[in-house]
Amino acid sequence: MSNKDSHWMKTKNHMMVTLAIWFFFSIVIFMFGESVNQGSFLGYPLAYYMSAQGSLAAFVILIFWFANKQEKIDDEHGYGGEREDD
Amino acid sequence: MFKGGFIQNLPKIYGLYTGGFLVFILLMAVLESAGVSAASIGIMFVAFTVLIYALIGYLSRTIQVDAYYVAGRQVPTVFNGMATAADWMSGASFVAMAGGIYFGGYTYMAFLVGWTGGYVLVSTLLAPYLRKFGCYTVPDFIGTRYGGNLPRFCATLVLVLASFTYVTAQINATGTIASRALQIPFELGVWVGLVSILMCSMLGGMRAVTWTQVAQYIVLITAYLIPVFWMGSKLGNPFPHFMLGDEVQRLAELEASAGLVKNSAADIKAAGVPGGLKYISNPHSAVPAGGMAVWKYLSLAICMMVGTASLPHILMRYFTTPSVKSARKSVAWSLFFIFLLYFSAPMLATLSKLQLMDPNLPTAIIGKSISEVQSIPWVQNWSAVKQVFIADFNGDGILQLNEWFMRGDVVVLATPEVAGLPYVISGLVAAGGMAAAMSTADGLVLAISNCLSHDIYYKIIDPKADVRKRLIVARVLLVVIGAAAAYISSMRLTSILGAVAWAFDFAMSGLFFPLVLGVWWKRATKEGAVAGILGGLISGTAYLIYVGPKFMANTPWLGIDHLRFGIIGASVSLVAMVVVSLMTKEPSAAVQKMVDDVRVPSGRAILGKQH
Repeated sequence: MSNKDSHWMKTKNHMMVTLAIWFFFSIVIFMFGESVNQGSFLGYPLAYYMSAQGSLAAFVILIFWFANKQEKIDDEHGYGGEREDD
Repeated sequence: MFKGGFIQNLPKIYGLYTGGFLVFILLMAVLESAGVSAASIGIMFVAFTVLIYALIGYLSRTIQVDAYYVAGRQVPTVFNGMATAADWMSGASFVAMAGGIYFGGYTYMAFLVGWTGGYVLVSTLLAPYLRKFGCYTVPDFIGTRYGGNLPRFCATLVLVLASFTYVTAQINATGTIASRALQIPFELGVWVGLVSILMCSMLGGMRAVTWTQVAQYIVLITAYLIPVFWMGSKLGNPFPHFMLGDEVQRLAELEASAGLVKNSAADIKAAGVPGGLKYISNPHSAVPAGGMAVWKYLSLAICMMVGTASLPHILMRYFTTPSVKSARKSVAWSLFFIFLLYFSAPMLATLSKLQLMDPNLPTAIIGKSISEVQSIPWVQNWSAVKQVFIADFNGDGILQLNEWFMRGDVVVLATPEVAGLPYVISGLVAAGGMAAAMSTADGLVLAISNCLSHDIYYKIIDPKADVRKRLIVARVLLVVIGAAAAYISSMRLTSILGAVAWAFDFAMSGLFFPLVLGVWWKRATKEGAVAGILGGLISGTAYLIYVGPKFMANTPWLGIDHLRFGIIGASVSLVAMVVVSLMTKEPSAAVQKMVDDVRVPSGRAILGKQH
């Protein structure tokens, strides 16, 4: 497999893992909102907390993690050039 | 100041600016205690900040295509994040969101999840690839990837429709705030708002909009967070975000004891409640039971997420970074800056609700006698402008929860007054709301006029036009579109939030799959893209007309109402695009190579520097 193909394969897998985590925090938790809300965090009902802060914070961390890991994948394949001369 | 070292000096320049703004707030506080009237302080806040933005707009003037369309592609990662956050957070986020949570509780917070989760899609599926492409506008990508003028034209159609729905709401918000702060009629306020917006964008295009948006972000986030923290400390929670667990539970108790009564439409009409005013009938933190409630929550979140990833005025912000890597990182910073406001909004709603409802607090009004409540100064002020209303349905002379009506915006705009904070905070909040609405309006008007001048005028009508002519056309269009939007919003057609959600639905119906599949599916063809864009747009719009309360007002299928019509549009778009693509000849080797190149993060952009 060429360098380009293996880079794209890793990029695709990374995208799918990221979207799976995203799906959990944006959809799955709220699918079971009623039972999740029985739990609590910092004294907040849990589903309320996730909707007000928890999932939002998870997305912020997720995107930073996504960007950093993608940069590593790019570097491994020699595509990590800082600036392009367009 | 704007020569060679400008980019390197950015942290210093904006550091000074932030310091200057804080000094200005202190100065206003001193003037207030010296006896200057509240009205003059409001005027000074709005006028001073708007003049600063206009100055930045003037200093960023340019005569280069690259600078006008994509800010010369040299906006550093973190600053682009701030600019995107300001571009993103509209008058609705700033003024109406806390009010929405106040009335809607958990159900409304689907907007919060949707408006943040969408950035995961932007970051993983689109922003880095569009940056690599090197396009000036979103239809520029569609037009080049699929080839030919027809896809470009169709994408332009969606962009204009989505952005225009959105921009009228923003100009409406600037008008509301300007009219209140400057004490002029609303219709005049709209035109004052428009002139302020044009001063920021006309001379420097994207470059000017970028640097004013950074300045506007600093103002709006300061204006949102200071009251939240101040009120929190007043109630003994200096960091409300982590300390309101007890308060949220207390609200549930109060709701249980007060009872969440639903008023009948006939009663509301008979009492003469002014339009747009609401009362609390949804629980604050409880999750409503049943599968339909879950689906309503999820479908709204999905529409907002997918819509976020299709809104051209957001995507085009990532064209301005120096590299693919920084475009990707910049999405993360954008969401971080947005998060700062969004995770504060529920806390603001909780605090202001508690202040009105908890009988142990001196600010409480629920459960007091109506004559007593009517003598409170802030109730009088906001009643006079028909923003709050009391209807004594049971005639007992005591204010019940379902008898207190309020416009959602009042939660943000009046909370400082309710909590007894000095007026300087109210002036600050007005300046913040103005910054939020202006920055979004700027981004939207620029997205529309850039697209019309680049994709329609330059690429389709007159490909030989020189740089000077192209930039003149771009600026004329900017003024014309701004004026059209101001004219429409001065007629007050729809409430702020209804229109905002529609923009997301339009964008996701017509643009999401053509954009994503353009990068992720080589087999997607020109015919498929056209079918996807038009199929999505037409079916979505038809469905909106079918269910829209102001149109045919039919019963929605499966709870997909007018806020969620993008579900229909995007599904049709996906099916149409895949089916038609598979039926037509696969894209040429050259196009497939182009897609391959887009997927490689380094190296030259697909489109040259000047195109």
